[in-house]
Amino acid sequence: MFWTVTQSLLAGLGTATQLFALTLLFGLPLGLVIAFGSMSKWTPFRFLLLPKKKEALSSAQEEGLLPTEKNEPGKFIKALAAFQPVRVLTDIIVWIVRGTPLMLQLIIIYYGPGLWFDNNIWGSGRMAACTVAFVINYACYFSVIYRGGIQGVPAGQREAAEVLGFTKRQIFFKVTLLQMIKRIVPPMSNEIITLVKDTSLARIIAITELIKAGEAFMKSDGITWPLFYTGIYYLLFVGILTVLFNLIERKLSYFR
Amino acid sequence: MAILDVQHIEKNFGMTKVLQDINFSLEEGQVLAIIGSSGSGKTTLLRCLNFLETPDRGRISVSGETLFDAEDPSTQRESEIRRKRLHFGLVFQNFNLFPQYTALENVTLARELMIKRGEKPGDSLKSIRREGKVLLAQMGLQDRMYNYPHQLSGGQQQRVAIARALAMKPDILCFDEPTSALDPELTGEVLKVIRGLADQHTTMIIVTHEMSFARDVADQVLFMDGGLVVEEGRPEEVFGNPQQARTKQFLEKYKG
Repeated sequence: MFWTVTQSLLAGLGTATQLFALTLLFGLPLGLVIAFGSMSKWTPFRFLLLPKKKEALSSAQEEGLLPTEKNEPGKFIKALAAFQPVRVLTDIIVWIVRGTPLMLQLIIIYYGPGLWFDNNIWGSGRMAACTVAFVINYACYFSVIYRGGIQGVPAGQREAAEVLGFTKRQIFFKVTLLQMIKRIVPPMSNEIITLVKDTSLARIIAITELIKAGEAFMKSDGITWPLFYTGIYYLLFVGILTVLFNLIERKLSYFR
Repeated sequence: MAILDVQHIEKNFGMTKVLQDINFSLEEGQVLAIIGSSGSGKTTLLRCLNFLETPDRGRISVSGETLFDAEDPSTQRESEIRRKRLHFGLVFQNFNLFPQYTALENVTLARELMIKRGEKPGDSLKSIRREGKVLLAQMGLQDRMYNYPHQLSGGQQQRVAIARALAMKPDILCFDEPTSALDPELTGEVLKVIRGLADQHTTMIIVTHEMSFARDVADQVLFMDGGLVVEEGRPEEVFGNPQQARTKQFLEKYKG
């Protein structure tokens, strides 16, 4: 019996690992994209202020003969000119994704298209739907960690590289990136360890991951220990990750 | 003809006038010292020269070429700024060495990236490394080339930063309070290096609080206060016989 249970749980672990790996594979880069979005300073309506500025340069005003306030644009124009659409949009997305349970997101993404649009795009692809939900959810959490890491690199680093003629790409890849990675290893390890255990949420759309595999023995054979036995699998998984993260931290300890 | 010509530079941060109508020029091989209390605009002026800040008005030319003209947007294109800022080198108060690279890599990285961008076809990796080693040896750091910044003292880090700026062969080397983060003992070793550069007729602009050093090494002194150049002249004039009350008052504080 023990052997049967172990094998069945291993299959569940395989599914969980697949979900884990896919979430990292797509979620880590997507998180970086979202992080850049949330740091975007793009103000497409700034041009509204430009012609006014030119008027303000008339010589009479310059000599202080005319008050400059006369040309001050209205509050609405000022607000519109300062509006950063990319940043605001990303902030809203991150708020929604972090503000609702992953379980709810799973349900919406898997059942939503069929329920509301009469179009079950997922067919029997539960795993695909689940991966999409996990990737979006985790990318949002990763993005905040990335942003903290990037903003934690002192501005002087970027300035020093600029003065030396680096391009923006080179500043990111040659200067910022490694310093950012060093900073984000501890919070990332937290998040990635949480991901291991969050894979158990996949059972809500009937994916046989570890917990569901263990639970199955309660129904078929009336035994509970396989469910508790799953804990060993999680512990080993997280143990391996912890060793890995310690290794990375040590690898990056050559600089400060 | 002057190597550097600065005309009518103005810079505002919001309502604060940080720089007001700054004019000066500098001859090749000469040293300009900029003195003044904190908040007088000295650092902002250096940052304008290095394109880390954009002046609101005025013009900057080097060897007759207009690098920046507030009236002419064609001088403010991103791609050109990267090339033009290489006329200047900048040594920061806080060194801003890249922590993940060795001393030698800090010195050579910018030029290695230039080769990658295909901007200096004549350079070879070998010659860049050789030159980097020579520069570090000149700074008295021949035994420290393969150390990471955190393994070096503040004075050593600043000397690496000077070598890093020199490696780009700038027309004008700028120092932003290069010894303000150092204790008196380490200050001495950095000033010695700068003095050596002056003896070799390196064109330099030095923002400093080391009055006796400025008097010693400079060919020309600017005293700034409240965003204005209050007094300028030869060091023996400005230090020995200041004309403005504000200059006298300022220099008074530095007399032992």
